[in-house]
Amino acid sequence: MNKRVMELKGVEVWDGNMANSQAFRQADVDVVAAYPITPSTATVENYAMFHANGYIDGEVMMTESEHAAMSACIGAGAAGGRVATATSSQGLALMIETLYQASGMRIPVVLCLVNRALAAPLNVNGDHSDLYLTRDSGWISIDAFSPQEAYDMTLMSFKISEHPEVRLPVISNQDGFMTSHTAQNVLPLKDDVACKFVGDYLQVNALLNFDKPVTHGVQTEQDWHFEHKAKQHAALMGSKKVILEIFAQFKELTGREYKLVESYNLENADIAIVCLGSTFETAMLAIDQLKAEGINAAVVAPRVFRPFPLEEVAEALQNVKAIACMDRSAPGGTVGTLYNEVSGALFNTPARPLMSNLIYGLGGRDMTVAGLKDIFRNLDKEAKAGKLSGKIQRFIGVRGPELSFYDAQGDVK
Amino acid sequence: MSKPISEMGWDELAPGAVLYTFDGDINYNIADIQPEDRMYSETSSKGMSVGDWRVIKPVWNSETCIDCQNCWIFCPDTSIIARNKEMKGVDYEHCKGCGLCVSVCPTNPKSLLMFNEYETVENALANWPAKKKKGEE
Repeated sequence: MNKRVMELKGVEVWDGNMANSQAFRQADVDVVAAYPITPSTATVENYAMFHANGYIDGEVMMTESEHAAMSACIGAGAAGGRVATATSSQGLALMIETLYQASGMRIPVVLCLVNRALAAPLNVNGDHSDLYLTRDSGWISIDAFSPQEAYDMTLMSFKISEHPEVRLPVISNQDGFMTSHTAQNVLPLKDDVACKFVGDYLQVNALLNFDKPVTHGVQTEQDWHFEHKAKQHAALMGSKKVILEIFAQFKELTGREYKLVESYNLENADIAIVCLGSTFETAMLAIDQLKAEGINAAVVAPRVFRPFPLEEVAEALQNVKAIACMDRSAPGGTVGTLYNEVSGALFNTPARPLMSNLIYGLGGRDMTVAGLKDIFRNLDKEAKAGKLSGKIQRFIGVRGPELSFYDAQGDVK
Repeated sequence: MSKPISEMGWDELAPGAVLYTFDGDINYNIADIQPEDRMYSETSSKGMSVGDWRVIKPVWNSETCIDCQNCWIFCPDTSIIARNKEMKGVDYEHCKGCGLCVSVCPTNPKSLLMFNEYETVENALANWPAKKKKGEE
């Protein structure tokens, strides 16, 4: 634990960035190496302020780029220290090569990714382009929908990442601005309680352990590479069990319950949207308001995006008749990721709901309660008619003529 | 390692593809033991020859060497063999022919010079240049 304790109130008013910074501070990180980028800058800026004010015993490294920031984290992690950083958008894009290094080398790193659109055109606001860019990087990816959840997820990320059966880096996602810059009530743990929860850092194959010299970052060709990637994937898939254990321990400590797949009003719902990020909470309001219209809608969101909770998503959506998978990222020539993954999850099950793919909110375009109510009303019509009201993929909230792609084939029921 | 790494299944490999330099734990001072007596593991680079990466090689002339250890310090591949601060030769299994040892050698004439890989050491030593006079390039 850091020598200097920060006295926190029972309820603090923090935005998502401050929630990250405080979780870093309480986790007693050895090295935070970072390069600033909107909207994640304040995560590290606050942390550097804590450091300057004597609250941090560890090191803060200002590097020359995001690529260098993650590289420094990997180096310090391989040496045997607890490490963390934060970034967004272009910074994540520059970091991407090293993300694969971190996961392949099985270095525990916590990366707070404050989701923001990718250029061009340049845009600082929130969408999930950067989150989706990390899809196949081999990192555990967890999503927070509010500042409280950002605090909780970032704190738990250390414990998940460093678990001896996991030893994989973890991304703690939150929406740029909508979460990162929106101050809300956050219930923090006291420093000693949080530090005890995260626990001491467990060194595995540390470079600085001279009793067991080890080489990190080796070359493998066709003779070993496949086996190493298989082992890495097995660890990522196996992390689900550990994540559930740590969610359970966290609930024991705080009373706050998290699941692999979050949902609202799923019992008896006829229709559902699947989304990520702050849209979840907006959808909760829309769902409550629509009850007066006799529409029984649900929202489902993977709390854990990687490893993808395929079975849990399938189980959650067995009884709805129409599903809109809402992807907040330009899909790049196909259907959106959530559409692909949710459809794939449902395919080997009895359920055959109508599936549509809504592309929305790019570059921070608002998704309002009214907008979500319209989406639910249309889903309700589709469920009652037994067929899609248009093409499979539709752009929602974009100016200009209707933009939609892919016809449903045959008589979809 | 219980068996060669090339025969291991995915479940048997070390996480992160790390390679251990030595078999077992090191409960002795490595610096007290000569490399040839250390328990290098099968996956250590010690047992891997990379000499064929080289097209030119450094040849050492013991007649002019003053055992200053410059080459030993600067060699990026620990391919200068020295014992008790005396130069013993070049490890041709690991030297990649970068020539750094030659450039840092302070003697006149140099005690390490680069020769074609196919040149015999005997020939190289027979053709060693003479001491340069003051001001001679």
